[in-house]
Amino acid sequence: MSYLPYALALWLFLVGLYGVVTSRHLVHLVVCLGVMQSSTYVLLLAIGYRTGKKAPIFASSVPRQVGAVDPVVQALTLTDVVVSVVVTALILALVIEIWKRSGQVDPDTLRREEA
Amino acid sequence: MRRETRLWLFGVAGAALAGLMGWAIAGLPSFGDFQGEYGRILNSVAEPERHVWNVVSAVTFDYRGLDTLGEELMLFAAVMGVALLLREARDEGERPEDAVRSDMIGAVGLGLVGPAVVVGLYVIAHGYLTAGGGFQGGVATASGLVLLYAAGRYSSYRAASPRALIDFAEGTGAGVYAAVGVAALVVGAAFLENVLGLGTTGTLAAGGTISLLNAATGLEVTAAVVLICHEFLEEVM
Repeated sequence: MSYLPYALALWLFLVGLYGVVTSRHLVHLVVCLGVMQSSTYVLLLAIGYRTGKKAPIFASSVPRQVGAVDPVVQALTLTDVVVSVVVTALILALVIEIWKRSGQVDPDTLRREEA
Repeated sequence: MRRETRLWLFGVAGAALAGLMGWAIAGLPSFGDFQGEYGRILNSVAEPERHVWNVVSAVTFDYRGLDTLGEELMLFAAVMGVALLLREARDEGERPEDAVRSDMIGAVGLGLVGPAVVVGLYVIAHGYLTAGGGFQGGVATASGLVLLYAAGRYSSYRAASPRALIDFAEGTGAGVYAAVGVAALVVGAAFLENVLGLGTTGTLAAGGTISLLNAATGLEVTAAVVLICHEFLEEVM
């Protein structure tokens, strides 16, 4: 019985969230969001793992009887990574716009300026 | 909200979240002991049914092809968002001098552009045979082009990837994916159903629509990454 990879995912999520909550710079905040997102990769891949099984790629030289880990969570993780990358780019573009308009990158100061 | 209040709130909420997630984790099967039927079935039927070796590609581009269409559109929308936010009329003429001064970096880096692009295209093309596919290969191909900037100069990178061509490729990638789905409807099958001949397992001409969707994805991801790099580099160039 091992739950270590799941615990790692939980820790990554919480430590990323702590970074988002305490962030003093919008770019740092986006990086913390990336850390939170990476917890989902760890969780998905850890769930689909089967001890002793191979990657779900059955090229002609691979013995079929060994079996493979779950391909569905791997496809989900692929989607997850791609969406995470482009959404990060989109948020960073927003950060650049915020900086251009207000000259601020600290979420706290930003709020005070608006008020 | 004051910083202290926020930290205090995070402490309480974080502890509650950790407790709930810990409880959820305790209900999961032990690591390495997953018993999901869906994945097991796919692992045994993907090769005979779809004539491909990489089951992850078969899931991405066939069994769950509709999800990937949603993902493609999400990718498309996010990249369009980046372009909308950052793209503006700029003076194309005046740019800071950014040529790499080290001859060694220039020679090695620019020498790697060709191989990196070829490796990227190889990874896209063999996506349903070996580990790889449109998403991974697209990023690799784009990074080959970005090397032009990293090891050479920005203007060569822009010259190698004209905006009109990249915009066209970005739209075409997403468009072809959806068109393949609609084409299946036209011949009387379900949306995104694999209606093409499946070919011989283990060759590039296998997998039916999987190969088409894989190539369309490769095109879109390449264009997306190149376009994102364009827009961010334009901010400083």
